Amino acid sequence: MRRQEEGSFFGNLDWITIGMYLLLVLMGWGNIYAAVYDEEHSSIFDLSQRYGKQMIFIACALVIALAIIIIDASFFTATAYYIFGAMVFLNLLVIFVGKDVKGSHSWFKFGDFGVQPAEFIKFAIGLALAKLMSDVGVKKNEASNMLKAFAFMVVPLLIIMVFQNETGAAIVIVSFIGIFYREGMIPGIVFVAGLLPAACAIIGIKYDYHETTIPFIVIGVVAAGGLLTLLFIRRTFWNIVIVGSAICLLAVFTLFTRKVVDILPSHQTGRIKVWLDYKEKLDTVDMKHREEQIKEIQERENKYGYNVKQSTIAIGSGGFTGKGYLEGTQTKFNFVPEQETDFIFCTVGEEWGFLGTSGVILLFAFFIIRIITMAERQRSDFSRIYGYGVAGIFLFHIIVNVGMTVGLVPVIGIPLPFFSYGGSSLWAFTILLFVFIRLDAERLNILR
Amino acid sequence: MIAPFSERRYGVIAVVVLVALAYIGRLYYVQMVNDTYKLSARNQAFVFKTDYPPRGAIYDRNGKLLVFNQVAYDLMCVPRDMKGMDTLELCKILNIDKDEFIKRMIRMCGNLKNAKYDYRTYIFEAQVLPELNARIQEKLYKFNGFFVQPRTVRKYPMPVAAHLLGYIGEVDERGMKKNPYYKSGDYIGVSGIEKGYEEYLRGTKGVSIKMRDVHNNIKGSFKDGIYDTAAVPGLSLVSTLDAELQQYGEKLMQNKIGGLVAIEPSTGEILALITSPTYDPNLLVGRDLRKHYVDLLHDTIGNPLFNRALQAYYPPGSTFKLMNALIGQQEHVLTASTMYPCARGYPPLGGKPKCHPHGSPTDLKGSIAHSCNSYYSYVFKSIVENRKYKNSVEGFEAWRNYVLSFGVGRKIGTDLPFELKGNVPSVNYYNKVFGKGGWRASTVISLGIGQAELGVTPLQMCNITCIIANRGYYYTPHIVRSIGDDKEPLTKWREKHYTEVTDPLAYANVVDGMWQVVEAGTARVAQIPGIEVCGKTGTAQNPHGKDHSVFVCFAPRNNPKIAIAVLVENAGTGASWAAPISSLMIEKYLNGKITRPDLEKRMLEGNLINGKNAPDKPDNH
Repeated sequence: MRRQEEGSFFGNLDWITIGMYLLLVLMGWGNIYAAVYDEEHSSIFDLSQRYGKQMIFIACALVIALAIIIIDASFFTATAYYIFGAMVFLNLLVIFVGKDVKGSHSWFKFGDFGVQPAEFIKFAIGLALAKLMSDVGVKKNEASNMLKAFAFMVVPLLIIMVFQNETGAAIVIVSFIGIFYREGMIPGIVFVAGLLPAACAIIGIKYDYHETTIPFIVIGVVAAGGLLTLLFIRRTFWNIVIVGSAICLLAVFTLFTRKVVDILPSHQTGRIKVWLDYKEKLDTVDMKHREEQIKEIQERENKYGYNVKQSTIAIGSGGFTGKGYLEGTQTKFNFVPEQETDFIFCTVGEEWGFLGTSGVILLFAFFIIRIITMAERQRSDFSRIYGYGVAGIFLFHIIVNVGMTVGLVPVIGIPLPFFSYGGSSLWAFTILLFVFIRLDAERLNILR
Repeated sequence: MIAPFSERRYGVIAVVVLVALAYIGRLYYVQMVNDTYKLSARNQAFVFKTDYPPRGAIYDRNGKLLVFNQVAYDLMCVPRDMKGMDTLELCKILNIDKDEFIKRMIRMCGNLKNAKYDYRTYIFEAQVLPELNARIQEKLYKFNGFFVQPRTVRKYPMPVAAHLLGYIGEVDERGMKKNPYYKSGDYIGVSGIEKGYEEYLRGTKGVSIKMRDVHNNIKGSFKDGIYDTAAVPGLSLVSTLDAELQQYGEKLMQNKIGGLVAIEPSTGEILALITSPTYDPNLLVGRDLRKHYVDLLHDTIGNPLFNRALQAYYPPGSTFKLMNALIGQQEHVLTASTMYPCARGYPPLGGKPKCHPHGSPTDLKGSIAHSCNSYYSYVFKSIVENRKYKNSVEGFEAWRNYVLSFGVGRKIGTDLPFELKGNVPSVNYYNKVFGKGGWRASTVISLGIGQAELGVTPLQMCNITCIIANRGYYYTPHIVRSIGDDKEPLTKWREKHYTEVTDPLAYANVVDGMWQVVEAGTARVAQIPGIEVCGKTGTAQNPHGKDHSVFVCFAPRNNPKIAIAVLVENAGTGASWAAPISSLMIEKYLNGKITRPDLEKRMLEGNLINGKNAPDKPDNH
């Protein structure tokens, strides 16, 4: 092992990424200030206000970042499983000792300060998966390893979703799919093919087969496509079975996703229906029933569509250049709910306009691409795999969070990295990122 | 050595780029293309508060206040916000029942179902006076969706000149379309000076933009008020009206139907403009405007809303002889010494038009003094059949042009709205009635004595009198002298309008004749000790019953200060009512007191509407 010269250690840190991190954190702080701005407490350092608290969170985050940089990189590779185990334990513990907040036991409370362990499981899963897949002599595609990797994701998912009732935090686990793709464990065709059932599901939900013939047309098209495919591939027994069962599966999918949606918890059903602008077919005979139906639809849209409607109004009202810093009316005057946490992007949209929103999107895009580029320059498989996990988590958060504020994605309560108010999410993202930066700083010391 | 599958990085990067582009595209649509979000934000977060300026006051020529503003309040409502209000309590305070409440809601929103979503602001109860407002304010916290908007209501300290001053009312759909300045619930001048000088009186509304939060709490001014505008108060007007004279005239005209116009000839300023019957201007104000308006509208006998002085066409009768005397002299077919016979009528047409007994033959002055019908039939014929013109049609055309130059048969351009043209029959008209070439001077001979199809408003009669008083010109009659702080009369009123009759001698002869009318002629009743009054009686035949009593006059003879035209409908001869009323008006205006109490009493008490009128004096045109 070649020793690095003293002093050049900091030179090995990726300052571009750190710079982007600091920029995003400061932008987030400024927008939290604007979102909850209150003339009586106009100082951004006022600790009684959320922007004052966010400042403390940021300070703590910087301390955490520094600590991670000081720690030897081999610590993370050596203890990956232990960290994962500890995080799973904390997530189990919180179910029993956690405070009940709106029906979910997911917060450790220390006075009026809370920590959500679900936020911290993400980097732990990343470490565990990296460790598993990078172990020398491990064949990634072996069934037992696949099963292990699967367990690393599904166990926390179940704990968080079922016991903590935090669907948003749980489905983030989907973001690790990037690792499996990059490591060659899933063929690319799966993603392309995956679009088909997704489209079928959406059509199946939006156009109830009881009410329109559209789902049946879709099934017809799919079946025709499948039969055409059979003409071009070798018609072996197994191929016919695969194509046939795929068609059947899609048919079932198309026809019954609505049923699945209907058995979800009512707020999720509502959010999905509002997202797809689904409206029940109105009774044309029984006028009384018809009125009830209309009332039901209106109530649903008021209840589950309100957030998205208000957030879209706030963003849309920003126009090209925005209303100016602290001049927003929709977020500042509480028209947008959760405007400093999950819906913080509305403040960006309203006060900084299209220039601001596209700027933030581009900045995040560069940030994620930077992480991918860094992952690719790693000599160690562990660092690369972990890096892809980091990129996937950031990408997923941005897709879902920004998407829901403009109605592209149903409302799922997950934060916008570095922007949303809150200590847990900021620290979790900081740890996630800086572990990777620490690993990256060590890249030249790794011998293949 | 390159890790396996490393080319897959490009797939992942492509996903990142595609997501970024898709999201930027969506944001482009939401923020740049679709405007509905901006509109929604505006509706949600902004409250546009209108500040109403006080309307300008109106003064009379002596500085007496005619119209001012009293504080009143409009009870406004926003139906969407009414949920949970105490309907019963509000009905009790306003003294209405629940049906009326629902009726109003339906009138505002179309139907009750809409009310829940209707965020527009309506006037629920207009112009509530301070006492009632205090009671509403006390309970306002119970009336969700209601608020009180301070406004002003017009007040008239002297209940005179209702038609002249006009009134204001809520602007209607048409008014809003015509001028986008007006918004639902605004007030606008509907008639009289209020309408004619609307743009000066109303001032300019101010707007302040407030911001509100999701709970409808006001959070201060938008951008510290840089877009707010202050209300600019309306300008006050100085009217030419003499309020005391107007009041006196209204008293003299009470219980009579007709019109009276008094103008200062040397300026064209209208001193009094009276329509009888009239009404108290305080009726068409505030909450009960609509009710009172309907009551007045239903009085079909007196028809008090009809402005007779400005809008009623009357045949001028004998007063029109002055016009023909002037035209004849200008056309050199008549001199002061021209004599015509009278045989209790016009001899060439077998005694028609008829005349009354007086000395015959008579000269020009005598013809005016005794109002000889025969004389003016000769005069009219000589004008129309003047050899100067090819034929009598051309002669008639020339006569008509003279008449038009006196402001009859066309609008004279006063500042009062709804002025009418009057009617002077044209060649085309007679061609239609009698056929081309089917008529001559003798066919239309009654034009010579102011009958036939002639239609003249009292205002026009008075203007003709001004022209004679001024010996040849008039200033456009007007009711507003100056606007705002500018005490100078408006320049457009300073222009002299000359008539086609330019011969000073013609005027001198006619004025002498008019003086004779009062000194020794048909209107001796109009004599005032110490004042030389010049006048002319008229007894206008009309298809509606008894003759109209008409009198035009000016005084003093030299340097006239006032010209008056009076018409009392179906009252008999000019000397019976119109002349004494004119005379009393002149005395009141010039001397300030009345020396003939008996005459005054008879005029004040005369009731021609309910048939209790004093008996006519003997016929003496």
